[in-house]
Amino acid sequence: MSGLAGSRTSLRRRLTNLAMLGLCWLGAGLAVLPLVLVLYYVATTGLRALNLDFFTQLPRPVGEPGGGMKPAILGSLEIVGIASVLGLLVGILGGIYLAEYPNHRMVQGIQFTADVLSSVPSIVLGVVAYALLVVPMRRFSALAGGVALAFIMTPIVLRTTEEMIRLVPGSLREASLALGAPRWRTAISAVLPVARAGIVTGALLAVARVAGETAPLLFTALNNQYLNFRPDQPTASLPVQIYTYAISPYDDWHRLAWAGALVLVGLIALLSLLTRLAIRGRALE
Amino acid sequence: MRRWFGLGILLAAVAAAGCAGGPGGEGAPPSGPRPAPSAGALRLNGAGATFPYPLYSRWFDTYSREHGIQVNYQSIGSGGGIQQLKNRTVDFGASDAPLSDEEQKEMPAPVIHIPTVAGAVVLAYNVPDAPKGLRMSPEVVAGIFLGQIKKWNDPQITALNPDVSLPDTAVVVAHRSDGSGTTYIFTHYLSAVSPDWQTKVGAGKSVSWPVGLGGKGNEGVTGVVKQTPGGIGYVELAYAIQNNLNYAQVRNAAGQFVEPSVVSTTAAAAGSAAALKRDVRASIANAAGAEAYPISGFTYILVYRDQPDLERGKALADLLDWAIRDGQKFAPDLHYAPLPAAVVKINEAALRQLNYQGQPLLATAP
Amino acid sequence: MKQTTAVGSPRLRSRRRHDVGDALFLRVTQAFALAMVAVVLLALGVTARSAWPAVRAFGLGFLTGSTWDPVADKFGAWPFVWGTLYSSFLALLLAVPVGVAGAIFLSELSPRWLSGPVSFLVELLAAIPSVVYGLWGLLVMVPWLRDRVQAPLNGALGNWPLFSGAPYGVSMMAAALVLAIMILPIITAVARDVLRAVPREQREAALALGSTRWETIWRAVLPFGRVGVLGAVILALGRALGETMAVTMVIGNRPEASISLLNPAYTMASVLANEYAEATGRLHVAALSGVALTLFVITFIVNGLARWLVWRVAHRAGGSR
Repeated sequence: MSGLAGSRTSLRRRLTNLAMLGLCWLGAGLAVLPLVLVLYYVATTGLRALNLDFFTQLPRPVGEPGGGMKPAILGSLEIVGIASVLGLLVGILGGIYLAEYPNHRMVQGIQFTADVLSSVPSIVLGVVAYALLVVPMRRFSALAGGVALAFIMTPIVLRTTEEMIRLVPGSLREASLALGAPRWRTAISAVLPVARAGIVTGALLAVARVAGETAPLLFTALNNQYLNFRPDQPTASLPVQIYTYAISPYDDWHRLAWAGALVLVGLIALLSLLTRLAIRGRALE
Repeated sequence: MRRWFGLGILLAAVAAAGCAGGPGGEGAPPSGPRPAPSAGALRLNGAGATFPYPLYSRWFDTYSREHGIQVNYQSIGSGGGIQQLKNRTVDFGASDAPLSDEEQKEMPAPVIHIPTVAGAVVLAYNVPDAPKGLRMSPEVVAGIFLGQIKKWNDPQITALNPDVSLPDTAVVVAHRSDGSGTTYIFTHYLSAVSPDWQTKVGAGKSVSWPVGLGGKGNEGVTGVVKQTPGGIGYVELAYAIQNNLNYAQVRNAAGQFVEPSVVSTTAAAAGSAAALKRDVRASIANAAGAEAYPISGFTYILVYRDQPDLERGKALADLLDWAIRDGQKFAPDLHYAPLPAAVVKINEAALRQLNYQGQPLLATAP
Repeated sequence: MKQTTAVGSPRLRSRRRHDVGDALFLRVTQAFALAMVAVVLLALGVTARSAWPAVRAFGLGFLTGSTWDPVADKFGAWPFVWGTLYSSFLALLLAVPVGVAGAIFLSELSPRWLSGPVSFLVELLAAIPSVVYGLWGLLVMVPWLRDRVQAPLNGALGNWPLFSGAPYGVSMMAAALVLAIMILPIITAVARDVLRAVPREQREAALALGSTRWETIWRAVLPFGRVGVLGAVILALGRALGETMAVTMVIGNRPEASISLLNPAYTMASVLANEYAEATGRLHVAALSGVALTLFVITFIVNGLARWLVWRVAHRAGGSR
């Protein structure tokens, strides 16, 4: 009797099992599907649109076909470069402070601020950078754009640096201190080198994260149809240029937007790959 | 060595970008930005109207090649042009909506309006199988944008176009989502011809639209219309033509259905010189004249009368002087109406007021 | 201590050097950490100050009013608040089941050769910039959605409030879909890590008791990872609330609070992107700053809530065991 009931439930259980496991397979498929679609369109449409002009030419006047995104590519490098200098400086040094002086009273407040900052939507950071830099400087500028992006990078770098340093075994620090090395020496030559790979990974991740940001640049770096290397001038960037071209009605600009998207995704994929290599490097040690 | 790998790459990337970018932050030593590659150090920044952007981008492209001065113009919308001029983040603003008296008072310093060209705001539509040049009366235009006309085969539209069979497609209105001079021209026109519009919506650079989808810039609205079957939006003529969109003939004050074109815009602008002489901000919407296209307007470049920098001020004055003279020949090709001679005269007088600490900036003609 | 310092003078000197070096080290690193705090406070102050005129003019009505009329200088942010919340909610509704299923697949079911590539793809999905999703959404997804999904839906179920309106393409539905795609990888990746961290004994015990694989996952693995999965979902919510570009490009930019999936809508982030640099009226600028502040406060609350929830669940789970 009980055996019969048992086998009946067991059949139901087996069916449930199959159905639910099937749904999980389906879920994985659905999760990958949009990626395949997006990458497919970016790759095929982008490749068709990509040519040498794209890298070497300035944008053409409205409605004239041709031209390229040279200013946007170099401008993106410039803005992300500025953001990296600022974000890494503040993030790494601040992170060292948090990890080295965990008992300070203000540490919790700073951690809290970092978490708040990392949850602020990027468009709001653009608004802030506009008010703090563009208006007083009386110029849209690569610097303002870089600062807006640095707002995003700083908390990421800060918290990874802190965590990576905390992961360093306490015995290492104690050994160094016991040998008579001062605290700062210990931090710089004993603790940091061990945490380096982790910090680099965090930094690369942060760079990859901001390289594709558009919203904070809309009213900070603005855009520029000419090459510009001066940090106090409006500067083009790949994401903003893609946005401008995507919402335009011109087919040729759509074509360029796809090419730009391909280059941008390629750059970011490259950064992710570097991150993986850095992680693997750490694993091998 | 391996563990240095990632850091090395990161530093190299930062250094490369840093070299390109010059000093990174306030704390960095002033190692001096590299001089610009070829074109002189002088660059002018402008922002604003999308309405004349096709023309301006041609102008500034030509100007940089002929005069070596790079003018970076960003079409962020007329509202943006005014706001950024007010914050002094640009050397000039561009707007199809002149400053109201109130806005002028809010400006930190006196502002000069230079009309640069006239253009037509057209009703571009994307109706499958509909021919070009659908006829529309002011009532129909207002009805569509008030959301009262919902289908393309509405009797009010078919009555004006008896020879055309229009589909039972929903009308999808596209309008601007940003502060816009094109909106200003269009809503001024609607307020002038439709009391209903005036009480319910009114006129301005951005208004509370009763219906429709928002697009950013003339580019965005054109994009929405082009992408959406049944779509209709108001855009500058050049955008409609460049994108092969059909646009409507509109009945003007004289009762004629007029197709927007350089000719009909010129006709609307022609009679305006007297009014512009009194106040350069005068509207030419719903202009009299049998040939005149009713939804026309001038677009302006706005500059401070008292320039803060001698060299930049001079460059700016030269640029504007070039625009109102040599620049005009580019206008018809891009479907804008050149300035009437009388308006050029008004502009000359205005440009002579441009000064740096009392010193006039415009090189006086020999 | 005192003795040594008094006697060994070289030692004393080196100790002083330590003190100077350590003090400098402390001050410099502390200064940078505090710089970040200062910037955040400054930013908050600046935004609050520029929003003040709107707060004074409309009070709480600013959040509940649904007229956004720059001509009449009347500003109510409700349509944007609604658009942000509704689009994020819909995105979660779509992304959470798929994302968690994907995570279960990766951690429990997938053959080894498959989980590596799939994991990499999912991480890549997270790295794609939002403007690229916007580009794809606007030029590929929206036309397809309009002709293949919205038109039939509207035709068949047009009198349901959820599917009323007209098939524009750009719509709440398009925004929710793009958002769902964007937050999916966050949920999948974080949930996968959480599930992988569940001890093996947990599974082995359940299997040994005769559970099917699904029962093992449902009764033994998922409860263990509940906290982490919840954290992943909230993390995704935070991202969805603040997402700007992709949403701006496909949502239709219409300030109207509607339940219909087909209607165009607006979010707080998109109205900032569209209007912030271009608003001319004083009150208009103030109202936009008010929107920025509101968005900031909402994401702040959501993140705070997330931390509190995770903390509580962790606490209770710990207590019951």
